[in-house]
Amino acid sequence: MSIAVNSATYAAMPIGRVPTKLTINGETRTRAIEPWTTLLDLLREGEDLIGTKKGCDHGQCGACTVLVDGRRINSCLKLAVTLDGADITTIEGLGQPGKLHPLQSAFCDHDAFQCGYCTPGQICSAQGLINEGKARTREEVRELMSGNLCRCGAYTNIIDAVLDVIGEQV
Amino acid sequence: MNRFDYTRPASVAEAVQAGTGEQVRYLAGGTNLIDLMKENVDQPTTVIDINRLPLNAIEELDGGGLRLGALVPNSDTAWDARVEQRYPLLSSAILAGASPQLRNAATNGGNLNQRTRCYYFYDVATPCNKRKPGSGCGAIGGVNRIHAILGASDQCIATHPSDMCVALAVLDAIVQVTGPEGDRAIPIADYHRLPGDEPWRDNTLRPGELVTGIDLPAEDFTKNYTYLKLRDRLSYAFALVSIAVAMRIEGSTIAEARVALGGVAHKPWRSTEAEKLLKGQQPSPQTFSAFADALLAGAVGQCKNDFKIPLARKGIVRALKQAAEATPQSQTDKRIA
Repeated sequence: MSIAVNSATYAAMPIGRVPTKLTINGETRTRAIEPWTTLLDLLREGEDLIGTKKGCDHGQCGACTVLVDGRRINSCLKLAVTLDGADITTIEGLGQPGKLHPLQSAFCDHDAFQCGYCTPGQICSAQGLINEGKARTREEVRELMSGNLCRCGAYTNIIDAVLDVIGEQV
Repeated sequence: MNRFDYTRPASVAEAVQAGTGEQVRYLAGGTNLIDLMKENVDQPTTVIDINRLPLNAIEELDGGGLRLGALVPNSDTAWDARVEQRYPLLSSAILAGASPQLRNAATNGGNLNQRTRCYYFYDVATPCNKRKPGSGCGAIGGVNRIHAILGASDQCIATHPSDMCVALAVLDAIVQVTGPEGDRAIPIADYHRLPGDEPWRDNTLRPGELVTGIDLPAEDFTKNYTYLKLRDRLSYAFALVSIAVAMRIEGSTIAEARVALGGVAHKPWRSTEAEKLLKGQQPSPQTFSAFADALLAGAVGQCKNDFKIPLARKGIVRALKQAAEATPQSQTDKRIA
């Protein structure tokens, strides 16, 4: 159930918190959020979901990638209050210790990380890529994973891992 | 980020009513505005969240064109089957820009209205006539590798960073806006502006006006086209120079050719006068070179960006060849054919 947006409620709302309902990893949470809070800061500081990482905080690295209604976005550039009613999936919602998501298993199998800081964003981005259904070849996966930087340079193995899950020949 | 009032109007009319005022901003995808707010480049006192407004469809126009809703994400526009089939140049240009995550959030209206990525505009510790009128221009005589070679002024040498808008310039798109004084339709060529002595004005929107959609006239540039983007790395980088070409070839001659450049000016750079040099000609390196010289007439380097002039000249010739041969630049295989 989404909150009805009533202009009478919002039009003249003074500086203050905005009631916002978000379904995060399957759990619906209603929060009063300061409008200048980004989704990234809400997840990490408000909801204690620190799997989503803050890299550049400017949409230039992809470490903060999460899925909103199944679509990958940079959570650092999205105000949480604008997502009222949305369904959000973070790395914590994709897999659990002992029950890894196929992408998580593939990243392990292919040694697709070193320091691991970009990995949650890489995996959420890869799930978004799979949902989009546009990448089949290595070149396409490479281009459509280009929104996620890896300063360790594990790109080759990341592409291998994603291709493995897509089911194409590596 | 500064504190601000947040409002979420229920209708376009309500949004426009709330939209006047110097420090009022419409918020769509937020991929540029939120970043500018984090850098204190923009400090609105009121943010109007327009994301729930019914401007999120791609619709057929009478006469065979398409209307792209202002709030349709860039990715949905690029991958819309009608856009892919009828305006592949636009799909290609959009997919050349930003990253998949950014394209998922960024909207068509927001793409038009994004601000320059000039380093000095972004750094509030430096002078910038666009950010702070009268404070000077740090880029002139400064680090200006990414800056304009055409249409700049002695007050501002910033470029418009969009890829999508370069394709829109070639497609003769019409920007639909609404505002306190009603609806207007602005040809894309008149939408963005040159800096002149008012570099703080990126476009010709009037106070409170809101982009509602972008109309694409019926065109058949589905075979001979290309979007060639040249940049420091092959993905996820702004253009140093980009070239959009749409061409119609009848027999062995060019019946019509349109060319716009990105990354070189305060707006997509196009000259319908220069395009006359291509009309009725056989595609050839000589013809393309003559056109490149005409389109780049008056180009001036700013020292660090001098390379853009020969780069643009060669890029124009290459892009015209790609279009004439119906081998458009792939945005996944980055080798330049």
